[in-house]
Amino acid sequence: MFSKLSKGDVTFTVINYALLCLVVCLMIYPLVYVVSSSISNPEKMLLGELWLFPKDLTLDSYVLAFKNSDIWMGYRNTIFYTVLGTLINLTLSIMIAYPLSRSDFYGRGVITAFIIFTMFFSGGMIPTYLLVRDLGMVDTIWAVTIPGAVSVYNVIIMRTFFQGIPEEIREAAAIDGSTNLHFLWKIVLPLSTPIIAVMALFYGVGHWNSYFDALIYLQDSGKFPLQLFLRQMLIQDDMTAMSTSGTDGVAQHILRVEGLKYAVVLIASLPMLIVYPFLQKYFIKGVMIGSLKG
Amino acid sequence: MNVGEGVILLKPKETADEILGSTKQDKSGSALKRESRLKSIRKNWDLYLLILPVILYFLIFKYYPMYGAQIAFKNFLAVEGITGSPWVGFEHFIRFFDSFYFWRLIRNTLLIGLYELALGFPIPIILALMINEVKNKRFKQIVQTVTYAPHFLSTVVVVALLFMLLSPVTGVVNNIIAAFGGEPIAFMTEPGWFKTTYVLSGVWQTMGWSSIIYLAALAGIDPQLKEAAMIDGASKMQQIWHINLPAIKPTIIIMLILQCGSIFGVGFEKIFLMQNNLNMAASDVIATHVYRAGILGSQYSYSTAIGLFESVINFTILIIVNYIARKVNKVSLW
Repeated sequence: MFSKLSKGDVTFTVINYALLCLVVCLMIYPLVYVVSSSISNPEKMLLGELWLFPKDLTLDSYVLAFKNSDIWMGYRNTIFYTVLGTLINLTLSIMIAYPLSRSDFYGRGVITAFIIFTMFFSGGMIPTYLLVRDLGMVDTIWAVTIPGAVSVYNVIIMRTFFQGIPEEIREAAAIDGSTNLHFLWKIVLPLSTPIIAVMALFYGVGHWNSYFDALIYLQDSGKFPLQLFLRQMLIQDDMTAMSTSGTDGVAQHILRVEGLKYAVVLIASLPMLIVYPFLQKYFIKGVMIGSLKG
Repeated sequence: MNVGEGVILLKPKETADEILGSTKQDKSGSALKRESRLKSIRKNWDLYLLILPVILYFLIFKYYPMYGAQIAFKNFLAVEGITGSPWVGFEHFIRFFDSFYFWRLIRNTLLIGLYELALGFPIPIILALMINEVKNKRFKQIVQTVTYAPHFLSTVVVVALLFMLLSPVTGVVNNIIAAFGGEPIAFMTEPGWFKTTYVLSGVWQTMGWSSIIYLAALAGIDPQLKEAAMIDGASKMQQIWHINLPAIKPTIIIMLILQCGSIFGVGFEKIFLMQNNLNMAASDVIATHVYRAGILGSQYSYSTAIGLFESVINFTILIIVNYIARKVNKVSLW
């Protein structure tokens, strides 16, 4: 089907490709700059000599970053919260999504409305905070894993997937005397590994990147996730660094801190950025199932 | 784009009916139906057992805070608890409406919400339409991978990048401005730049990811429609205007309704990180004010009142927009 393109369409195609190239450059530039800065001498950065490619290669910033015990502790805590939190998320989501996917489950309309309502209306930050506090969850891992344990959006995606499993399989299993739970465990879950993987990724990325629950519920810095340490290092320090610039000794310090920051950003984001292109098609599948179901 | 794996694709309209509509069917039951209903409950007792803990979760962590929101109309005393604290009516609301912060918070919250709607909403649609026109598979793949990537950075990292790249002393953006002979701009502390920085960085982070929804809808268009249009001599622009856009209209409307529902509810996480004493005049929004008054300042009743005010307005906007969409376009959330 190679019909001849009109002149207008050629122009359109050229402009389209050119604009998309521009978008790609704008998207990727900050990321490339961060990588280059993290492996360059920070002085070059300050002098404005660093635009795109690294200059004066050095790994000093990484050496400094890896000496920082907060980063290691944050990493360890975040991995722990991500694994535990995702397991809780998945278990609860399957427990509600499966019954809601069954057309013979009486009350599913009411229950669906019951959970969807919470997407659009909430009691607010303070009543939730008071509840978590009264339950004695403050400064425990439960505060960062339980309050957001079920995402309604993800439940809807999962339910939609379960609905696609043919009724006949279940009817056949029922004749063989299989109970619902047995069927869920032995047939539905093995058939649903793609969607469970997508959900694990959605929830996992959420845990890895979140800081809000930790900010309001955790006080002991030994329990802080990586993101809270990043906030301390990258955002709170930045303000003081910016306000005390001027003298030479401080300038030297700023230099080192600046280089360190780029290394830290990369160390914190690399796991996600490396993993994501390989899992991209699963993520996209998840978004598509979700979007098409509203 | 292949969805596959036994997933049934439905249009958003059917979806919404599907999600909420089954309630209506359940109500119209004859005696026979009631009997089969009992039978079904008895047969599926284990499913009810399975779902029960999650229902309890929703009751405790989602509905109990709604019950707890009544402290907005009370003077909350920890010893008396939510129920025992004395009623004070609308006292906290009135105090908020009369406060120095009120108009500043409303203005900032609304302006950021509208700014986000104006830029953050159409750009992913345009991007999706553009990506959809790319025939070269490899190029398409690169564009998609690159534009989705920022979605995987955490809010903390994105805000940190803003501070680093936009710094007036060491930031590369100001280096570029200086190279062209301009004066460095203090993007992160100048109130006038706050909303632009906030919205544009948001567009940078989410435009790719948000476009997936529209790409999915575009992938569902029957290729025969396009072929017919080409035979009739329609240009690419005409095809996009008359075929692609109408095809994704239901998706656009659903997303628009959802976005409108959060015009008045600017999220806490990113704004809180970008906020500092210097840009407070432009960056203070309802959510961050609630955090400061409630969690840092322990004024529980007062801050709950402010939060409730925001929730109610958001919910009202959602209902109104949904109602209009249903009347005008026959597409709605419910």
